[in-house]
Amino acid sequence: MNAIILTAAWGVLMMLSGAFSSNKAMAKYLAVAGVVLALIVNCMEMNSGAPFFSIDVKDMLRFNSFNLTFINIALGCTLLYFLLNGSDIEKVGEHVPEYFALLFFVLSGIAIISTFNTLLMLFIGIEIVSIPLYILTGSDKRNLKSNEAGLKYFLMGSFSTGIMLLGIALLYGGSATGSFYISNIISGNAPMPPMIAAGLVLLLISMAFKVSAAPFHFWTPDVYDGAPTVFTSFMATVVKAAAFFAFVRLFENAFGSMHAQWQTLIVILIAATLLIGNLTAVFQQSVKRMLAYSSIAQAGFMLFSLFALNGFAKEGLVLYAAAYSLASIGIFAILIKMNDYTIDGFNGLGKQQPVLALTATIFLLSLTGIPLTAGFQSKFYMLMAAVQKGQHTWLVILAVLCAAISAYYYFRVIQAMYFKDSAAGEHTPDNAVTPSFKALLVLTAVLIIVIGLFPSFITDWLYF
Amino acid sequence: MDPKNIWITFPELLTWFPLMAGLVAFIIRDEKKVKAWALAASFITLGISVASLVFSDNTKYFYLNNVSYFWLKYVGSNLTLGLDGMGHLLTALTALAFPLIFLATGKTNFKNAGAYYGLMLLTQSGLMGVFTAMDVLIFYFFWELAVIPAYFLCSQWGGERRIQATFKFFVYTFTGSLLMLVGIMYVYNHTYPTPYAEHSFALNAFYSATLSAKEQNWVFWLFFVAFAIKMPVFPFHTWQPDTYEQAPTSTTMVLSGIMVKMGIFAVIRWLVPVFPAAATRFDNIVIGLSVVGMIYASLIAIKQDDLKRFVAYSSIAHIGLMCAAIFAKSSIGLQGVMIQMFSHGINIIGMWIVVDLVEKQTGTRKISELGGIAHKAPALTIFLVVIALANIALPLTNAFVGEFMMFSGLFHFNIIYTAVALISIILAAVYTLNMVQKVFYGETNSITNAVQEITLNQKLVLTVLVVFIFLFGVFPQPLLDLTRDTVTLITTRFK
Repeated sequence: MNAIILTAAWGVLMMLSGAFSSNKAMAKYLAVAGVVLALIVNCMEMNSGAPFFSIDVKDMLRFNSFNLTFINIALGCTLLYFLLNGSDIEKVGEHVPEYFALLFFVLSGIAIISTFNTLLMLFIGIEIVSIPLYILTGSDKRNLKSNEAGLKYFLMGSFSTGIMLLGIALLYGGSATGSFYISNIISGNAPMPPMIAAGLVLLLISMAFKVSAAPFHFWTPDVYDGAPTVFTSFMATVVKAAAFFAFVRLFENAFGSMHAQWQTLIVILIAATLLIGNLTAVFQQSVKRMLAYSSIAQAGFMLFSLFALNGFAKEGLVLYAAAYSLASIGIFAILIKMNDYTIDGFNGLGKQQPVLALTATIFLLSLTGIPLTAGFQSKFYMLMAAVQKGQHTWLVILAVLCAAISAYYYFRVIQAMYFKDSAAGEHTPDNAVTPSFKALLVLTAVLIIVIGLFPSFITDWLYF
Repeated sequence: MDPKNIWITFPELLTWFPLMAGLVAFIIRDEKKVKAWALAASFITLGISVASLVFSDNTKYFYLNNVSYFWLKYVGSNLTLGLDGMGHLLTALTALAFPLIFLATGKTNFKNAGAYYGLMLLTQSGLMGVFTAMDVLIFYFFWELAVIPAYFLCSQWGGERRIQATFKFFVYTFTGSLLMLVGIMYVYNHTYPTPYAEHSFALNAFYSATLSAKEQNWVFWLFFVAFAIKMPVFPFHTWQPDTYEQAPTSTTMVLSGIMVKMGIFAVIRWLVPVFPAAATRFDNIVIGLSVVGMIYASLIAIKQDDLKRFVAYSSIAHIGLMCAAIFAKSSIGLQGVMIQMFSHGINIIGMWIVVDLVEKQTGTRKISELGGIAHKAPALTIFLVVIALANIALPLTNAFVGEFMMFSGLFHFNIIYTAVALISIILAAVYTLNMVQKVFYGETNSITNAVQEITLNQKLVLTVLVVFIFLFGVFPQPLLDLTRDTVTLITTRFK
């Protein structure tokens, strides 16, 4: 509760701050302060279990350690994101405080979709997350690609929201008691009535769209590529993980008892997402587009938690959210500093910017899933969940083969950085790379390795 | 000994010391200093290994050789390291190989030497971890961690086509390991519970996993592919000649001398005892593949003109025999494998040192362009001939003992395989002697005219190798005594 209210209020505050101060850097510091505060109050709520504002939400939102842990991860990643990319957000355009305000509204939406307990709250949360993102995608106003991406995202997003609403309406009508509460939609393991089944499929489609699972992924590469890179970074990491979290919670709590009846759909989604994401990423020349496809591929792995729905899946989802967000935020932050977004643009970085290259290597190794990194642990938990489930082991084998394919495109960047010389001779990164930026990158890399060695660092939060 | 008085154990020292030394090497800028540091560190590791051999008796010094810490407590994986007979054997090989490699290639200048020696020592740490891991998840960790530094070593300091060749190597092994990971998870779900977790990754848990014959039949292959790629066994060998050719020679020594042993080792520790039923069921297929690979690799070796590719193919042939001997499942064959793992490591490192010396002096590896080196460098030639004879497994050399025992093991299993495999020994004589004759004898030419005799340092290294070749050729008993416990364990799994 604390996090929802604080982030929403802070968003308003950020917007007003623009009216009183024209200092761009001020907005950044204010934003960082806001996230830190949100993180603190959220942790306090986790510890005491009692929020500052005791509003009776009629159980429409639910605050347990699992949900709050996720909010913590989202806030932590956002904090890191602000620290790493704060000065780049300033460069996007004129309206710096507004950008931060919109990001805070997204955070508020994330806090709602992490805790929702009714379909209505889910819908409201998804909208609060999406609308600021439409604006941010198109925020580079003079860039045609950014405009195109913004419009595309808005149109596709609206359709998927419409589909979701239709699904919610059908579920409401089909539920025995006429209730929006996700636990009341179905009871027991009886065969699904047609209305519920239709509603479930519609919800599945719209959520698959939000997490860019194939075959509902077509917007992702264009939007991620067109949006200003700083905002792509946020969309591809924190927002995506949050959408996943909502997806899993919705299907686990609402339809968990009928898991066997919709499992096949998830299997198809996983197989399609893994194959399409990985195979298309192989052919990309631009690192930014490659990361967009790789985010689809990673979504395929996260979908395993929906396939398995057991203890490992739950821990794995939280781990995956943290590991994937950390590594992606890091690699995007480095990407922003490059002049040239193609893979050749990374040639010779190992010599000119050893710290950037080394940390980028760790992020890429983590995304590939090499042991000792958080990425390995998260993939391990996910696959373990699926193996423990005991059915469709072929899917796990497909997943590891896809992970091997992913090594190809992630390692192309590593090869460029270390084993190829830059053709242009000198390529000073576009923006000055400050020591504090480097220090933050190193901190992120260390965090990835610490989680890789001791995943209990994160998973234990779920139980305390 | 009282476990309370022991604050650090041999497997820990063997694994963590090279790791620490490697990390330190990264920050040393001066090339001379980093070389000295790496050499000193590798000698200290060798010292630790020798000490561990002195205390190798696990009935008396169990707590010096085994250690376990909680790691993923609620998942059932602990940081368990231990040295049994086979572990002692292979850690000793690893510890011995690195100082020799550093000494033999000490003259070579590497650009960015700190990173080079750092990565070499990290590889050593990874290898030690693989050989001491008694928990399958830890084993998997080290299995991957040994490959990553090797990948960077080959891609950074290798030959012209290094990037493609090394990447092929990496993708092959990574795919294999991931398949093994699926297998590991599957077996894990059939193990007994521990006090803290529902299942366990411990070695013993895996040995007592309750897998039906049907499950064993397919999970076996997930593991086998990973290990077959690493060994490599035909038809998973295609990465190997390319990588050996393109990698810097010192890294090739590590890859061929020790890293291929990871595959053999893993089959003996993690494959055959975990899936005894499947290992029996598929023994014909695996031995068949190995024997085909032996003949195939030998035939290609005869036609090779490149010295590095020549050694690579000859190595595939030798590894094939080891793999076949394991699946013959006889005690004598397994003992032969143990001896041969050590011997092959010694011999092939010797072979690479000679190849490296020839290449450094003449600038070419083409057998057809060389000739008459014996006139110019008699000492080098003597060493080479001894190593070459060991490669053919002539009596008195260490390889003879191992190969003889492996062949007797294979003979009990099936006489036809043995007969076919024996052809490869004849072929080995053909290609090895052919190479010796073309490169070292005959007339000198414009390329080999400038060859000089090897230095004292190089003589010392080669002498050590030759001493080992003869020592274990006439007196292999220490190796047999050391690995008796492992052999007994494996053979009892088949009863």
